[in-house]
Amino acid sequence: MNRLLTKMSTPTRTVAVLAAVSLSLSACGAKVSDAATGGAKGSAAKCGTFNLAVNAWVGYAANAAVVAYLAHNKLGCTVKLQNLDEQISWQGFASGQVDAVLENWGHADLAKKYITEQKVAQDAGPTGNIGKIGWYVPPFLAKAHPDILAWKNLDKYAALFKTSESGGKGQLLDGDPGFVTNDAALVKNLKLNYKVVYSGSEAALIQSFRQAEQSKKPLIGYFYEPQWFTAEVPLKKVNLPAYTLGCDADVAKVACDYPLYNLNKVVSTKFATSGSPAFTLVKNFRWTNADQNLVAKYIAKDKMSPDQAAKKWIDANPDKVKAWLAGTGVS
Amino acid sequence: MTAIARASLRIRLPRWGVALLVVLCWLIGYAAFHGRDTMALAQADLTPLHDRLNSLNDAVGAQRSSNPLFLYFFDQIRGAINVLATFIQSLISQPAFGRPVPVIGWLGVVAVATFASWAFGNIKVAVLAAVGFTVLGMQGLWTESMDTLALTTTAVLLSLMIGIPLGIWAGLSDRVNAVMTPFLDFMQTMPTFVYLAPLTLVFLIGPASATIATLIYAAPPVIRITTHGIRGVPRETLEAAESMGSTRFQLLTKVMLPMTKRTIVIGINQTIMAALSMVTIAALIDAPGLGQVVLTALQSLDVGTAFNAGLSIVILAIVLDRVTTAASVRGELARRKPTSRSHRLRRPALVVGAAATAACLYMSNTYLWAAQFPANPDLGGPIRRTADALASWVQLNFSGATNSFKDRLTNGALNPFQSLLTDSPWWLVCAVIVALAVIVGSRRAAVGAAICLALLVATGLWADAMSTLAATLVATVVVMALGLVLGVLMGRSRRADRLIRPTLDAAQTMPAFVYLVPFVALFAASRFTAIVAAVVFAAPVTTKIIADGIAGVPAETIEAAAAAGSSPWQIITKVQLPMSLRTIALATNQGLIYVLSMVVVGGLVGAGALGYDVVAGFRQNSLFGKGLAAGLAIVMLGILLDRVTQSAAGRGDVTSHGHH
Repeated sequence: MNRLLTKMSTPTRTVAVLAAVSLSLSACGAKVSDAATGGAKGSAAKCGTFNLAVNAWVGYAANAAVVAYLAHNKLGCTVKLQNLDEQISWQGFASGQVDAVLENWGHADLAKKYITEQKVAQDAGPTGNIGKIGWYVPPFLAKAHPDILAWKNLDKYAALFKTSESGGKGQLLDGDPGFVTNDAALVKNLKLNYKVVYSGSEAALIQSFRQAEQSKKPLIGYFYEPQWFTAEVPLKKVNLPAYTLGCDADVAKVACDYPLYNLNKVVSTKFATSGSPAFTLVKNFRWTNADQNLVAKYIAKDKMSPDQAAKKWIDANPDKVKAWLAGTGVS
Repeated sequence: MTAIARASLRIRLPRWGVALLVVLCWLIGYAAFHGRDTMALAQADLTPLHDRLNSLNDAVGAQRSSNPLFLYFFDQIRGAINVLATFIQSLISQPAFGRPVPVIGWLGVVAVATFASWAFGNIKVAVLAAVGFTVLGMQGLWTESMDTLALTTTAVLLSLMIGIPLGIWAGLSDRVNAVMTPFLDFMQTMPTFVYLAPLTLVFLIGPASATIATLIYAAPPVIRITTHGIRGVPRETLEAAESMGSTRFQLLTKVMLPMTKRTIVIGINQTIMAALSMVTIAALIDAPGLGQVVLTALQSLDVGTAFNAGLSIVILAIVLDRVTTAASVRGELARRKPTSRSHRLRRPALVVGAAATAACLYMSNTYLWAAQFPANPDLGGPIRRTADALASWVQLNFSGATNSFKDRLTNGALNPFQSLLTDSPWWLVCAVIVALAVIVGSRRAAVGAAICLALLVATGLWADAMSTLAATLVATVVVMALGLVLGVLMGRSRRADRLIRPTLDAAQTMPAFVYLVPFVALFAASRFTAIVAAVVFAAPVTTKIIADGIAGVPAETIEAAAAAGSSPWQIITKVQLPMSLRTIALATNQGLIYVLSMVVVGGLVGAGALGYDVVAGFRQNSLFGKGLAAGLAIVMLGILLDRVTQSAAGRGDVTSHGHH
């Protein structure tokens, strides 16, 4: 405080002192200078700053929440959460501004550019979450027409899915342009009487499915798991021709279902060789779809802050957490 | 009156006749060549141009860490902007200098805002500022609001530092103005999504990139309006000053700048509004503040939380708008009568106010209660719950009706019109547009249109561009219909104006991301939803311009018409509307541009076409080139529509001047 006062110019100081005098008549409460200035812990120097990218979906936020909570409270890192799009997160590996991405869905082109060519990033192993992509219908529809879940019957129901956007055909609703999709090729190669309509964002896609189930309006669209929304409305997956290794090699000729994605973690090379305990934590981090869905539900449905959600899950799962902290020097 | 009407009828009838003929030819051509030469491109397909733009992007990325241009030029700019942004953040929003809180706490910010509003504006806006800023805190969003304010302030300061000198320069030199105008058009119509990723590649993740992204969109208004002001200084005034021996520099500082002060403040106002409209987009590259709250809420469809944060943005915008407007009025008054009595009385009051503000600043720096906004009373909770409940109620009860309304309008109007544009051969559409540009505008506008169309073809996204054009035109028709009705209402009655204007302000400044989710429930993921979102954003601007025009019709003219026995309807249609033709043309022009600026948002709710291409280019590295091409196509559409409507407006101007 004194330092601040001496920094002020003389007139400002005069006014400030005058104000202080006038105020000292009444009790003014706690002073800023007495307040704690953040928890500097013993191991903070060792960990330093941990720059964690946070991509814009709740499942990712769940991963980031628990890792950030442990890094801050157990390892004493200064965690800098960066809300970024996927592509820009990868750019951050190159510029040294991003240390880790905690849920990566494929992105072969980015992996080629930054892992293989520029060598600024590396794979840090699977998160344990299995990503599933496919065509889904709301549960009421699957109940009313059980055979709709086989792709061969889809043409029979095309008229149900006709909208103002689909030009007389059945509408297949797609999501965010950032998502992996072969849907246009699939419709063409499976010779289905459908047209892909691009909703353009995850929010529009989820809202469409929620609305469909609520007002019992037929809808078929692209969706994926793990996703917090499937806990609210358990969407039913349509069976496309089964995936076999390499059946999606030629994107234009693909006529099979999507593969299962082993979602993984990616870290910057700099971070991996820094000796930071946060890297060990990221490398060890591994949980199941059910785990992620639970934390995602805390955030999305119960409206907890990511920190509260993380704490609740961590307190309930000490064994898993212990395994993640192995080798960090903290338990 | 009848002579005027007959004269304008004689000029216009053939023009409309020819236009009708052109449209008829189009319909015949459509029937004959339907589906041929449509240049459709599938969503996943790329043209060689898109590939080339992609490799250009990759090349820039590869140069990032080695090229001296980056190391010595861009990195220096980045460093300087980061210093400024971080400094303002540490003043009002982020803990700094080893303190757990910012240097100035909430009490200090509220006091400074109130005092400055009073000093530069008037007591009314000072009260508004005090209430507005306090509500931000009670919404539970003090820190987020201050982060947004800090970033906006940084971007606005830089915009003014660059913009005002550039505006003056363009005001003084025709050649500079001619060179600058296309750049400004580009900056205002190129969607931010297109250059967000390359921008962060060059200026990295952090305040610098967010500030520059905001600046690119927010600087043009102050440049344009400053230029306009300088050019508006009467020639006689300049000549008089020159004859008294003023140097060029004296002319500028003693004559031009004082005379254009008010106009420049209007420019500053527009720049602030533009900067605030970038809050959610800047959040995509980690800019802290209210935009983050909106985007995070969107992930879990949390309408209430998004609305609460959107409301904070609206409040910030309204406070800043009213204060700067009041400041421009005060500037004008002070220029007219610099030594009024009230002016002298203000002095001691200002000194007292300054002392009180300083005391508040000191307290907010020293005491925790004045530094951190108290958690109670809490307005945020009730606002979130009310917005949530209202949104669910509307969705539950109206989505059936709204969806069937959407279906009827889409199938009845939008689909046939879009088919006419996308399924006609491209050369036919080009010919029709050029012909119409000659008829409603001028030959010069037609040449401009032809160039834009050629470039549109070159982007390889013709079909998407026509689909976007169809939606844009339909939205503009709705915007104009709304604007005319509301504008006439507001222009004729001050009470109506006072009632409607705040709603318009809110609609214009509420981030679209807030209402997208309920709109999708009401109108499904569709082009129609995109059109509704565009109407919400664009109608306020057109309405305000038209209201201004109607209110500007001289009272004597209206009294004369009323005395001659005209009914209110006759006064509107025969006097007020014809006399504001030029303003209506300007409103159409602005309506089109505002609708076009919502194309990308439309892409997020099912409009597909160019908007979707742009978002896809941002989201996927391999589609960057296509996204850039789509951005260029949007710019071309913008310039095309702007030039044609402006020249049509110029024509309206000539005919309306002919009346006098």
